[in-house]
Amino acid sequence: MTEFFEVTIFTVFMAVLATGVMLPPGVAIAWLLSRRNFVGRTILETLVTLPLVVPPVATGLILLKLFGQRGPVGQLLAVVGVDVIFTWKAVVLAMAVMSLPLIVRSARAGFDQVDPRCEGIAATLGARPIRVFWTVSLPLARRSLLAGAVLGFSRAIGEFGATVMIAGTLPGTRTISVSIFRNAELGQDAAAASFIIVAVVIGFIAVHLSNKLEVPS
Amino acid sequence: MMLHETSPLLLDFCLRQQDFVLKVRIESDARTIALFGPSGAGKTTTLEAIAGLRCPDIGSIRVGAKVLFDHQQKVNLPAHERRVGYVPQDLALFPHLDALHNVLYGVTNHDGVDARIVDILEIGSLLQRNIKDLSGGERQRVALARALMTKPAILLLDEPFAALDLALRDRILPYLERVRNELGVPMVYVSHRVDEVQRIADWVVLLSAGEVVRSGVPSEILGEEL
Repeated sequence: MTEFFEVTIFTVFMAVLATGVMLPPGVAIAWLLSRRNFVGRTILETLVTLPLVVPPVATGLILLKLFGQRGPVGQLLAVVGVDVIFTWKAVVLAMAVMSLPLIVRSARAGFDQVDPRCEGIAATLGARPIRVFWTVSLPLARRSLLAGAVLGFSRAIGEFGATVMIAGTLPGTRTISVSIFRNAELGQDAAAASFIIVAVVIGFIAVHLSNKLEVPS
Repeated sequence: MMLHETSPLLLDFCLRQQDFVLKVRIESDARTIALFGPSGAGKTTTLEAIAGLRCPDIGSIRVGAKVLFDHQQKVNLPAHERRVGYVPQDLALFPHLDALHNVLYGVTNHDGVDARIVDILEIGSLLQRNIKDLSGGERQRVALARALMTKPAILLLDEPFAALDLALRDRILPYLERVRNELGVPMVYVSHRVDEVQRIADWVVLLSAGEVVRSGVPSEILGEEL
């Protein structure tokens, strides 16, 4: 029972962290895609969406090659004494990468719905672009941003393939999904079922909340 | 006391937009200029170019001594540096802010609302209300106050009464006349209603298919139109 609570709390905490880490860049990318025309825009859009369609195990392997001890990013991080692979940081990394597409897509839809005329008028009232963003674009798109964050969180909770590749199934990096797999593999169906129930309940609440947020008030 | 000296307006630019070409040349020191003409003549695009929301391809835009755009001098002031008040046709009030915070949006000092503008437009009782709860005429006055609070060098009004019925328009029009007479803000006013233009404007510019057809005093231009 202790393991059940430990894994559940660990997973929720990691998912919150991953969502928090990915929200600022996700919102920035969404705004760029919605409001700016630039060379490589469709390439960026495709790259951001890629984790949705590439098998999570493949994404995990790419991250392993990048963040591993001999990977380019891993070597850089090793200089400052940061080790990612097979630690809790790997769990956050996998969750963050997998949740990014959902955050960006939802936030982009939110920015697309903001009337550009309101942003233009704010500029004529003396607001610099950064103030227009904080005081007009962001508040008007907030429901979609929140919906994206909640969806990203629920995706992070359910993340399995990439997590297994870079964080393994060791105690201390075990998430709800990994625990379901491990318990099922060991024939511990009751334990697996309890994790499934938690995953379904969290997923249901998150998706329900996200849907409610996306309906205009 | 007037808040503004009359700002001579000089527009001499060309702006291409897909298959539409707007060629405008207007030079006037009139206090209220009306852009008059049918839909698709380029009236709104002209206002957006003055406000800095659209960039002409060539030419120049000047309000008083201030150059807002000059293709040759490579000047193109961003909208937030132009001091141009713009009230678009749909008003574009910020729906997430109440009336007071809409009105205060462009106020940078700590003086708060300008009581004189509140008084002229009679919006004191509206300021604590949600934008969604305001009637069409009330929203119109709040949008006007929001633009005036920034002490603009020029005020651009895009068909301010288009969405209002005639009775309501007749109730709002005096507010605009008070703004013109008491604040002395130079205005460029878009309309395709002859009676409105006759009542408000000192100078009329007739636009058609992206070009200035004629310009002159209202009696002269509108007389020919009628």
